[in-house]
Amino acid sequence: MSRTDVVVTGLGATTPLGGDVASTWDAMLAGRSGVSALTQEWAAQLPVRIAGQLAVDPANLLDRVKLRRLDRSEAIALIAAHQAWADAGLADSGLDPERLGVSVGSGIGGAVTLLAQDDILEASGPRRVSPHTVPMLMPNGPAAWVGLELGAQAGVHSVASACATGAEAIALGLDMIRAGRADVVVAGGTEAVIHPLPIAGFASMRAMSTRNDEPERASRPWDKNRDGFVLGEGAGIVVLERAEHAAARGARVYARLAGAGITSDGYDIVQPHPEGAGAIRAIAKAIADAGVAKADITHVNAHATSTPVGDLAEIKALHRALGDHPVLTATKSMSGHLLGAAGALESIATILAIRDSVVPPTINLDDPDDGLDLEVVAGKARQLDIPAALNNSFGFGGHNVALVFTRD
Amino acid sequence: MTRDEITAGLAEILEEVAGVNPDDVAEGKSFTDDLDVDSLSMVEVVVAAEEKFGVKIPDNEVQNLKTVGDAVSYIEAQS
Repeated sequence: MSRTDVVVTGLGATTPLGGDVASTWDAMLAGRSGVSALTQEWAAQLPVRIAGQLAVDPANLLDRVKLRRLDRSEAIALIAAHQAWADAGLADSGLDPERLGVSVGSGIGGAVTLLAQDDILEASGPRRVSPHTVPMLMPNGPAAWVGLELGAQAGVHSVASACATGAEAIALGLDMIRAGRADVVVAGGTEAVIHPLPIAGFASMRAMSTRNDEPERASRPWDKNRDGFVLGEGAGIVVLERAEHAAARGARVYARLAGAGITSDGYDIVQPHPEGAGAIRAIAKAIADAGVAKADITHVNAHATSTPVGDLAEIKALHRALGDHPVLTATKSMSGHLLGAAGALESIATILAIRDSVVPPTINLDDPDDGLDLEVVAGKARQLDIPAALNNSFGFGGHNVALVFTRD
Repeated sequence: MTRDEITAGLAEILEEVAGVNPDDVAEGKSFTDDLDVDSLSMVEVVVAAEEKFGVKIPDNEVQNLKTVGDAVSYIEAQS
């Protein structure tokens, strides 16, 4: 039995690098950083005072009254989803709503709404708590809003696997189409938790960079002087479509989502397995699922968050699972770490790398770690023939997701 | 406070909470049918009106406030 092919026909994003996919991609190819100082008053007391803040504030794009009902993570998921939907040309395609699904997740969800409403509860009492609180903070909120606005009736799903969420949501979309439950799935991730509490929590774990005086140089995967990740906010959405469905309507195809591998470490709640065992299995499963030769995977958009331990564990895993030929990059060096949206944004970067035959750079890699023994595109973008590429995402909880995209 | 002043105050709240054009707000208008205020927004309108006019509007009264005029009368009687 021949398996269902799934292709990517639409992209949408709003990120620290740009308000849409084109501006984000341009910034990546130019090697620009989206990280800046947090100048808000609340930031002054924090050990971490930098973040990748959205380039375009959703308040400039959405109606004021509508924004009262949306957590920021929901607002930006909607913005990215509408971009992807328009990009795919599905608006007036006659797609049966019962064949349209949604798979959009968030790593942390509506925490900022929860905290803001708690402030109101404490200051003014329960009657002042917004009646929109629950739909704003519920973890399925972003997926539900996207489903509502696009009219999806084949099922709306919200994956949560911390920093692997965006990639796992895309993998679930692939499964939905392969299983015959949908012809089109709007999939991706969203995150918006630039707020003192989540920052204090991550900072207390000593997971974040404290290079407060040099925001643009703080996210530096694989560099000897890396000191943790830089929090970013944003949303990335892809439109996945059954290949035959896309061909029948003459849709423009960016790339094929050829395979996915999902594993769990079963090792520690936050530390990755020291030998990267779960990551190795995820990559191997994705390659096998995609049915591509390892040699064809010439590029990897790595998870590489700029933490001392994680960056090198991934290098070991790539060696074991893929070999020493792929050319790597870590676009988090520019965007910061978008947590639940990271895997979606980096899937978009991987897809565009394939389309344009170019690898965006890893910036701030001034002094490569001795353990970095794979080739990384540092500083400036590089032309590369990419028949197939891998995107890795790993999350607290021991989640490992690998996605393989191919040109044809 | 005159009925016109209360109506104008409600119009401000309705614009803020639900995006209703103040020119559309008149005593004969139904909150749900004419002004498109849904149930969650109505909760916000009531809480904002309590604050603005210094009155109490219990939940069991809210269902009787079908029109702007109903609300004006209730607020006028309470204040």
